[in-house]
Amino acid sequence: MRDASPAKTYALHIGVIALLFALNFVLPDYHQGLFARIMALAVFAMGYNLLFGYVGLLSLGHAMFFSAGLYGAGLTVHHLGWGVPEAFIAGVACGALLALVIGLLALRTTGVAFLIVTMMFAQVFYLLILYFAAWTGGDQGLVIQQAARVVSIGGASLDLTNPTVRYMSALAMFAIVLLITLAIVRSRFGRVLVAIRENEERTKMLGYDTGANKLAAVVASGAICAASGAAYALLFGYVGSSFAGVQYSILPLLWVLLGGAATTLGPLVGTLFMYYVTDITSGFTSAYLLIVGVALILLVLFFPKGILGSIRQRWLGWLP
Amino acid sequence: MMPLLTTKGLSRNFGGLRAVDGVDFALMPGEIRAIIGPNGAGKTTFVSLLSGRIRPSAGMVVFDGADITTMPAYRRVRLGVAYTFQITSVFANLTAFDNVALPVQRTLTDGRSKGQVRNGVMAALERTGLADRAGTLAGQLSYGHQRLLEVAMGLALKPRLLILDEPTQGLADSEIDNFITLVREIAKDATVLLIEHNMPVVMQLADRITVFNFGKILAEGTPEQIRANGQVQDAYLGATHD
Repeated sequence: MRDASPAKTYALHIGVIALLFALNFVLPDYHQGLFARIMALAVFAMGYNLLFGYVGLLSLGHAMFFSAGLYGAGLTVHHLGWGVPEAFIAGVACGALLALVIGLLALRTTGVAFLIVTMMFAQVFYLLILYFAAWTGGDQGLVIQQAARVVSIGGASLDLTNPTVRYMSALAMFAIVLLITLAIVRSRFGRVLVAIRENEERTKMLGYDTGANKLAAVVASGAICAASGAAYALLFGYVGSSFAGVQYSILPLLWVLLGGAATTLGPLVGTLFMYYVTDITSGFTSAYLLIVGVALILLVLFFPKGILGSIRQRWLGWLP
Repeated sequence: MMPLLTTKGLSRNFGGLRAVDGVDFALMPGEIRAIIGPNGAGKTTFVSLLSGRIRPSAGMVVFDGADITTMPAYRRVRLGVAYTFQITSVFANLTAFDNVALPVQRTLTDGRSKGQVRNGVMAALERTGLADRAGTLAGQLSYGHQRLLEVAMGLALKPRLLILDEPTQGLADSEIDNFITLVREIAKDATVLLIEHNMPVVMQLADRITVFNFGKILAEGTPEQIRANGQVQDAYLGATHD
């Protein structure tokens, strides 16, 4: 039952956030930087999971929402000289608006057709970035200067290039999105989304406008992915077209499948796992992708529902 | 008294097949109406037209004085037209609680009921005798219990018209008795339209019976009248008269 253990659920999520907070003070520099990146990208995975895991809509175009945030924030800083908070909001707004338009068009399809349509739109978005190279920097991308990545609040100023500030900013966004995701999943809206995944026709016959609910989910998912992209641009100072390529549509799918689709913490676990497997194996051999591949195959064989999905299935049924 | 639901010339073609063919039908508030007829007579298609799952080729549907012919199914549900499926289609991977929570939160959102989701869910589960299985995944319930869960979901929608498509299919005899009691209970505050093959159930429950054949209404009347109707016996029971 959904309401059986709210206290346990909240304790777990707050605990994970607290653990990440504490890690800032113990991690060596290199891993601190890696974790900041992982948290920012885990937000991308969480946005993807909302649509893929909970609504059951398989998109292969989420790179466009991530890069809408990336460019929405990066271009406003670079060309308009906007401050960090405004640029971040601009990035999220771009992603939400794009998701609304794409959702209206792509949701006319389902299943494989939805996958193909989203992928095509993402390719269009990618090619547009290359086409408007005068503004976007084309395949070279843009570097956001350090001076532009300083937030001044009152008298104090926060330099996002400082490793600790960067880590804490990434953690703050991660924590907020994690709690938002948890709230959505536990809400009435979340229950309807899962019902749509399980049986859309039946959900309609319970009085739900499934089209409107799916559109809302696409917009929420797009906005979260854009938040990740916007933060990535501002924290790491680089905006490039490779983030709009198809591999960045596949990556969140992989992270979510690995961590466990339709689990709130799965996206973090999946992103963390992928990054570290890649990181560790590439230290030993240049053929690290081979080892990553083997690891993925083993996971799919023994944890078909992803790491947290399988743990939930076998031991912890209350995991949200 | 004004009928709760009427249809005029309601038709639906599938290619050349006239599955429902110019049906004029009226349902009074508070009655239990059974629809019977041979396989392929158009019964399920007819109630699907009423619930909005499929669109008519011609004709109109009026519910409580309003023309709902072109209204999408989900909005009819909000008006109080609930439909339970012929083939059990509970959400197998959700708990019984969550299955019923979906219709309950719908009526709360629409302002058709008040209170908390949990109370509404438990009330519907208790009414169908499933309260102690609230936390069980629907897919793990026995078939009979899944049918009851389906009814609980219909009930939780607070319907004014509850359409049951072959509700006793697959139920054991003991479960059927409980089911008859349940439908009588439901009929105290809702109109019930059921498609049913089990004739003892129909004869016990229905105030009136409508017989379909070849997409048209062949006969309509009280259970006694239908039982005595020669045409019905020919079409449905395959009897021959001398």
